Amino acid sequence: MAAPLTLLLIVAVTIRAVLFRSSLAELISERVEVVSPLNAWKRVVEGLALLDLGVSPYSGDVFHETPLMIYLFHFTVDYAEIVFMVSPYFVDCLSCFLAPLDRFRKQKYALESDRYPADCLELLRSPKEMFYIPLKVAMFYLLNPFTILSCVAKSTCGLNNAIIALFIFCTLKGSALLSGILLALATYQSIYPLTLFAPALLFFLQRLYIPVNLRRSSFWFFTLQYAFIYVGSLVVITGLSFFLLGSWDFIPSVYGFIFSVPDLTPNIGLFWYFFAEMFEHFRLFFICVFQINVFFYTIPLSIKLKEHPVFLIFMQIAIISIFKSYPTVGDVALYMAFLPAWSHLYRFLRNIFLVSCVLLACSALFPVLWHLWIYAGSANSNFYYAITLLFNFGQILLVSDYFYAYLRREHHLIHGLYLKKKDGTEATLVLK
Amino acid sequence: MAAHRCGLSLVCILIFSTPAPAPARDQFQEELVIRPLHSGDIYASFQFRTLWDTDFLQERQKKVSHYRLFPKSLGQVLSKFSVRELHISFTQGFWRTMQWGQPFIPSPPGAELWVWFHHTVSDVDGNWKELTNVLSGIFCASLNFIDMTNTVQPSASFKPLGLGNATDHRFLRYATLPREIVCTENLTPWKKLLPCGSKAGLAVLMKSEKLFHSSFHSQAVHIRPICQDEQCTSKAWELRQTLNVVFDHYTSGQGKKEWSLFKMFSRTLTEACPLASSSKVYVDITDNPELSPATHLLSRAVVLGDRRTYSVYDLTRAETFGQLRSFNLLLRWKGDNMLRPLLHAERYVAGFGLQTGEIHTVIYNNHPYRAFPVLLMDSVPWYLQLYVHTLTVTSKSRDNKPSYIHYQPAKDRHRPHLLEMLIQLPPHSMTEVTVQFERALLKWTEYTPDPNHGFYVGSSVVSALVPSMVAMSTNFTQDQPLFSSFVPVKEESSYFVRVYTEPLLVNLPTPDFSMPYNVICLTCTVVAVGYGSFYNLLTRTFQVDEPSPPLAKRLANFIRRIRGVPLLA
Repeated sequence: MAAPLTLLLIVAVTIRAVLFRSSLAELISERVEVVSPLNAWKRVVEGLALLDLGVSPYSGDVFHETPLMIYLFHFTVDYAEIVFMVSPYFVDCLSCFLAPLDRFRKQKYALESDRYPADCLELLRSPKEMFYIPLKVAMFYLLNPFTILSCVAKSTCGLNNAIIALFIFCTLKGSALLSGILLALATYQSIYPLTLFAPALLFFLQRLYIPVNLRRSSFWFFTLQYAFIYVGSLVVITGLSFFLLGSWDFIPSVYGFIFSVPDLTPNIGLFWYFFAEMFEHFRLFFICVFQINVFFYTIPLSIKLKEHPVFLIFMQIAIISIFKSYPTVGDVALYMAFLPAWSHLYRFLRNIFLVSCVLLACSALFPVLWHLWIYAGSANSNFYYAITLLFNFGQILLVSDYFYAYLRREHHLIHGLYLKKKDGTEATLVLK
Repeated sequence: MAAHRCGLSLVCILIFSTPAPAPARDQFQEELVIRPLHSGDIYASFQFRTLWDTDFLQERQKKVSHYRLFPKSLGQVLSKFSVRELHISFTQGFWRTMQWGQPFIPSPPGAELWVWFHHTVSDVDGNWKELTNVLSGIFCASLNFIDMTNTVQPSASFKPLGLGNATDHRFLRYATLPREIVCTENLTPWKKLLPCGSKAGLAVLMKSEKLFHSSFHSQAVHIRPICQDEQCTSKAWELRQTLNVVFDHYTSGQGKKEWSLFKMFSRTLTEACPLASSSKVYVDITDNPELSPATHLLSRAVVLGDRRTYSVYDLTRAETFGQLRSFNLLLRWKGDNMLRPLLHAERYVAGFGLQTGEIHTVIYNNHPYRAFPVLLMDSVPWYLQLYVHTLTVTSKSRDNKPSYIHYQPAKDRHRPHLLEMLIQLPPHSMTEVTVQFERALLKWTEYTPDPNHGFYVGSSVVSALVPSMVAMSTNFTQDQPLFSSFVPVKEESSYFVRVYTEPLLVNLPTPDFSMPYNVICLTCTVVAVGYGSFYNLLTRTFQVDEPSPPLAKRLANFIRRIRGVPLLA
């Protein structure tokens, strides 16, 4: 296990180092699919240059990073490449912990296995299969072209992903304090990880054997504890940011920017063209609708998946990546890294071939249609917009497919794998 | 009794009659300078100056109500908005410094307005907005397009040209409209501001069909408070209206280096303006052109670092007009000498595609041995996002770090970028200033009706004190010609020059303007697909699919239930 992992790390580092030194690095760091106004490296350098000139980086509309990023890069701007190369490996730590997690789950199933029908045993995973999951997760993340592009472009999305991965690692390990602090840091970086509070809470409750019952005091006791850690760390981090530049300018520049979407630079998301073509008097309404759209799946999903918080985390991260205001391929790579953890769902996936074709085709067409619009002038913005729509549609299909497969497997675990109708013939399963 | 009453009334008259206030002195001067250019073009510069001994801004004094030579519309504007200095210019064409030398009064293409407000003004932005709208009405120009997205507050480039000790740049506002077109509609109200209108004096020459058929046309109004004497014991308000025009050698001159007033303006002069205290025509004869009618009056002046000789024609004297009561000047020259301008600047956009680009400003210092500093001011609209970390200044292919940089980044849809730098130019060199920018995608309502024409970026301003090869005169005399007294000369060895570069035309990526409804529908469809799939999976559960029995069977079962008989399977 250690040897293949080391080999994988060496290969990943080599690819990134080669690309950093080649002329492709300049090209990749300007691609709009890989960087957005929120996390472009060019803007970080610009912010630092403004600070050197004596002007606050938040006085213009170029810099939208949080003050802690200024702290970090002020000292490491010359070693930026190393910082960005190290960050994906945090996601590896996550993968190393998926194995014990599954062991935990297996124990849980072992306790309840007498409740399962006999024919479901093939649905449960053997330890041998689960042994290779961490390696597969690491491979899916480190060798994913999206991750490599994001790392070579030095987009701070990689750092955000690292924080989220560390948060998941601490949650799975069971340390509520660290998990709360890291979640606060992730929320501070971009607001959307706020929705990960619910799955983390559910995981801890499950781990501590506290039933999720609104009337039980033990539930409220733990919830308040965790909320206190989270909110407290958030307040402390925000206060530290205030003291860096001595003003609250960063709040409208960072969070106001994320919520009100003033910059319409094209990216792989749905927001830019929608708000470029929006009638002025509907703008506020649709901003609210689109932002609420990211947050409001939390409660229904938490209710449905309260027994399965790890899958809930995956779903939440996927929803954030698809519906956030400035998505990049780095965000997509984060939830794709989880997919090997659910490889046992493969037999229930219905659209996987279609989805993979759509995603591959769109990834290939993005640079082509961008070039035709911006450089050749023979296409217009509609072409790029269409591929954006298709890419997001493919992602939605992927996520809902995995959700379907997960629910179906749970159903089979309870009711048996080979179902029969009343008259004894083979049954089909539908959603009703 | 009658005498007593008379005496009483006399006393009453003496007590109650207030001494009549001394009328404020005002005077009007007009002049025309004609300078032949070496390329065969001819440069004519009109200046009309009104000096008035009054104070628009003082509250103690009664509000000014009796206007004689000074135009009432401008006087009211000055008092209402507490304006200390106002400079507005409308220019059609671009001044070609390398071919024509330095102009007497530089101006950028389009409209330019810069105003110093009095330090008692509390809401400068509000005053600025109202002022631009009022001026827009006075000059029939679309100055109402000046708003906070194209106004800047330069910190060093536009110091007051008149009196002024307070130089807090919070009271300065500068804006240009490079897209503004100048035509007869703007000339007519400008001419109306003159005391004699266009009926007498030099203004009769200003006919639009000839003035706009030229390479360069610029009309300006400059208002500022000045000292009336060396010790500055009395102050006065000065209104200068200037009109600079360059007639083209080939289109107006028929290819001959032979010009006359009639050929330039299709009019001749018949009389001076009766309200003018001085009315003169100066012709630059330094390169010895043939001039008729001849005159003995000569004037030597050092202007723009060059000693020039002028023939003077005094229009207030009747003998200038001769027997025909009309004055037509004839000018013929052959020479090709021209003083090479010491400071010259160019600007262009580099790069390809609609995503990024680079602005290159090239400044030439043609002085053979002296280096001097220049102040470069750039105001770039917000939709071209400048990256100041890519700013490079190179002279003679070596890095030249500016000693002073003032950068105010743009706020989207609120204010433009302002970049001011003090650069030291080495002698006889070319300095290149480069900065990269990214083009933004705007909302579909923010594009002009012809979006593929492009967006204009206003000219850069290069201001410098250029070392002079000839000693300038710092003496203050009342009868100095107007063209040499516009910019106050503070020292002998240098003169102030302001050079404007070309405006830029930049294309931005455009969305498809026919698509708003389609885009809303399609994007909402994709979001709804996501919502629908999640809704299905969240609210429904898996069930074994029992097909519902066909209609006949269901009907049969229904009847059986009524009869109380066992149902079918």
